[in-house]
Amino acid sequence: MDATAISISGLVKTFGPTRALDGLDLEVRTGEVHGFLGPNGAGKTTTIRILLGLLRADAGQAELLGGDPWRDAVTLHRRLAYVPGDVTLWPNLSGGEVIDLLGRLRGGLDPKRKSSLLERFDLDPRKKARSYSKGNRQKVALIAALASDVELLLLDEPTAGLDPLMEAAFRDWINNEERARGRTVLLSSHILAEVEALCERVSIIRAGRIVESGTLAELRHLTRTSISAELARPPDGLLELAGVHNLVLDGTRVHFQVDNQALDAALRRLTSVGVRSLTSQPPTLEELFLRHYQAEQAATPGGDGQPTREGPRR
Amino acid sequence: MSGFTGTGQLFRLALRRDRIVATVWILGLFLYAYSQAASIIALYPTQSELDKLARTAAGVGANPAVVALQGPAYDAGTYGGATAWQLVTPWVFLIGLMSLLLVTRHTRQEEETGRAELVSAGVVGRYAWLAASLLFVLAVNLVLVAITALAFIAMGLPVTGSIMLVLDCGLNGLVFAGVAAVTGQVTQYARPANGIAFAVLGAAFLLRAIGDSATELSWLSWLSPIGWAERFRPFAGEQWWVLLLPLALLLVLLVAVAALLARRDVGAGVLPVRLGPPAAPPWLRSPLALAWRLQRGALLGWTIGSAIAGLSFGAIAQDMVQAAAEDPETAKMLARLGGAGSITDIFLAAILSWLGMLAAGYAVQATLRLHAEETELRAEQVLATAVPRIGWAGSHLLVAAIGSAVVLATGGLVAGVAHGLRVGDLAGELPRVLGGALVQLPAVWVMAGIGAALFGLLPRLVVGGTWAVLAVVLSITTLGEPLRLDQWALDLSPFTHLPRLPAAAFTATPLAWLVATTAVLVAAGLAGFRRRDLVSTA
Repeated sequence: MDATAISISGLVKTFGPTRALDGLDLEVRTGEVHGFLGPNGAGKTTTIRILLGLLRADAGQAELLGGDPWRDAVTLHRRLAYVPGDVTLWPNLSGGEVIDLLGRLRGGLDPKRKSSLLERFDLDPRKKARSYSKGNRQKVALIAALASDVELLLLDEPTAGLDPLMEAAFRDWINNEERARGRTVLLSSHILAEVEALCERVSIIRAGRIVESGTLAELRHLTRTSISAELARPPDGLLELAGVHNLVLDGTRVHFQVDNQALDAALRRLTSVGVRSLTSQPPTLEELFLRHYQAEQAATPGGDGQPTREGPRR
Repeated sequence: MSGFTGTGQLFRLALRRDRIVATVWILGLFLYAYSQAASIIALYPTQSELDKLARTAAGVGANPAVVALQGPAYDAGTYGGATAWQLVTPWVFLIGLMSLLLVTRHTRQEEETGRAELVSAGVVGRYAWLAASLLFVLAVNLVLVAITALAFIAMGLPVTGSIMLVLDCGLNGLVFAGVAAVTGQVTQYARPANGIAFAVLGAAFLLRAIGDSATELSWLSWLSPIGWAERFRPFAGEQWWVLLLPLALLLVLLVAVAALLARRDVGAGVLPVRLGPPAAPPWLRSPLALAWRLQRGALLGWTIGSAIAGLSFGAIAQDMVQAAAEDPETAKMLARLGGAGSITDIFLAAILSWLGMLAAGYAVQATLRLHAEETELRAEQVLATAVPRIGWAGSHLLVAAIGSAVVLATGGLVAGVAHGLRVGDLAGELPRVLGGALVQLPAVWVMAGIGAALFGLLPRLVVGGTWAVLAVVLSITTLGEPLRLDQWALDLSPFTHLPRLPAAAFTATPLAWLVATTAVLVAAGLAGFRRRDLVSTA
């Protein structure tokens, strides 16, 4: 088995004047759960549709399970299962019929796993698809994919529309069943907590490009820690310190974010003043995401790294 | 009454929402009524010719098949009476159809989509939705009958009789608005609600068809609003009290609706929702099986339609020809339809080409299913499995191709049996009529091929383009010869090239060309589909 399940380089796709993918690179290793994170319209679905051979790339290379997604679509599809972000079903087929049908068209369905999934996701397979809510339609597609005998799962925002209980059931299943089975999962999402909870590695996409890619630990290395402190007297010199961002001073209270390389110096400056209380929070993917999402606005001169009285409070 | 709060606003919403739909219905049904009256006045300009029509009506009208389709003729010796004979039965059916579809569209469908919930959360009474919908349908019916009555009067039909005729038809048609209001309470989804209401309408038509054509069962007609509309005898000594029947039934239906409405939740029905199977049947495992599963309902509908068309064409063919034989004008008109055989055969060939056009409608609709599956994102899920694109598209096309044959064969078989029994030569006529129906198949396939080619090559134009091509082909086929179009224009329609069985001899060459054209169109479409991106809204 190849070490990489998905390998994409320089992928370009345009729809008329819009450049949906603009030189995208992505690598997913075999057996990992890979988070594909980005705001709506960033190009996540377009990427997955190209990987499925539903769209044809304008430029760049894509390799999926050692094959060409466009040319070898049918043979590759036997080895993968896909859950679209917007699941539409045939209104007069029952949920059970759709699950069986999709599984059979992929080449096989594990009946034991199917019934266990039906139970976990609490889905009545006898109802006609017309009567399912968005969440239940999502469950139908999820069960059909997870119960299939395949090596790769392409999940496009699979929990959109699921309630928190079902979201938890989904995480549970991926963390236990899928990891134990060693299946590769590409999980697109804009729900950060989900990616944090499930994925070893993450690629962040914005405007058709991957802006950051790596393990969660690697990405955290690039990020900032949030500090809130109550000091003995007003601090001085924090402002000039390189690596301190979004400083908010309120008498003796201080909030700021600091790059991890500058953490040491910043804390020393605080303790030299005298610390009454201190909370620090590790960077969440949320912040990571907001940084890239807001990069456009932040690019204006003086927008970032300057002390401000409107910095984000936690 | 607080239960009706908001009815006025919802009524205006219905008007705004359906101004196009309602206008199309009204114009369509008005033109139908107008053309019936106008054609009678044009075809029988003098009283002596009207008397001839009355005699024909007595003759043709004695044919049970004609009576079953058209209702009894009470007095075909006046323009009003002849119009009523032609108009009442089909018009009440059509008004009923319009009314029930509009009511479901504005009640159950609104609930199914969740829009009703959004509105009902506002200051809206429990009965307001239904009241506004029924008022809307009432208004549509009123406009329709008003302009129809004005047109009849303008054409010179008696004023009172015209008003009575349209009120009779409108009121009995409105009964089916009440029926749909009830079925919309009973089921949870618009499709079964329409289905049950349509079954009631069909039963009403059938009951009076049996009652009208079999004297010993004539009481059956009294069980049907369409029968009541006939028994009112417009332009033939109106029986006023008959109008009490639809009024009373409407009242009963409205009380029933109010009672049901007060007992159920918004969004729910009275009948439990029918559950489907928990697992797929073993045969549902290929794209072809899926295409069949998705298309079989529509095929059944078209096949039934074709059988009804075949029955009516086959049953009246002989009478039409007899009537024509007495009327040199009609005989000339029939001869212009072409072919060299007897008048009967020419007439049969003409009506069988109508069956062909019906099947072409089916073929286009079945082919366009591909486009619907693609744009509604269901194709994406199938094509993300190990199903090749050609296999998926080919499955739907195969269903369309075989379905067209089924539609044609059914219509031809029924027409052949009806005509054969009528002339007393079943063994002789059946194969000739059936053959004349099946020979249409290659032309029907060409229409499906055009749909397939557009689907693959110009997916954005496929729906409008294919229907437009079909409309042009149907216009050329039906109007081309009466309008004496040039031969090159006539040749644009694939139906022009068919041998006119049973009036002409069978020739295989044009059929082979049509099949080859279909093959080229389908191949081009599939090749285009293999190369292009899947269309999606995202």
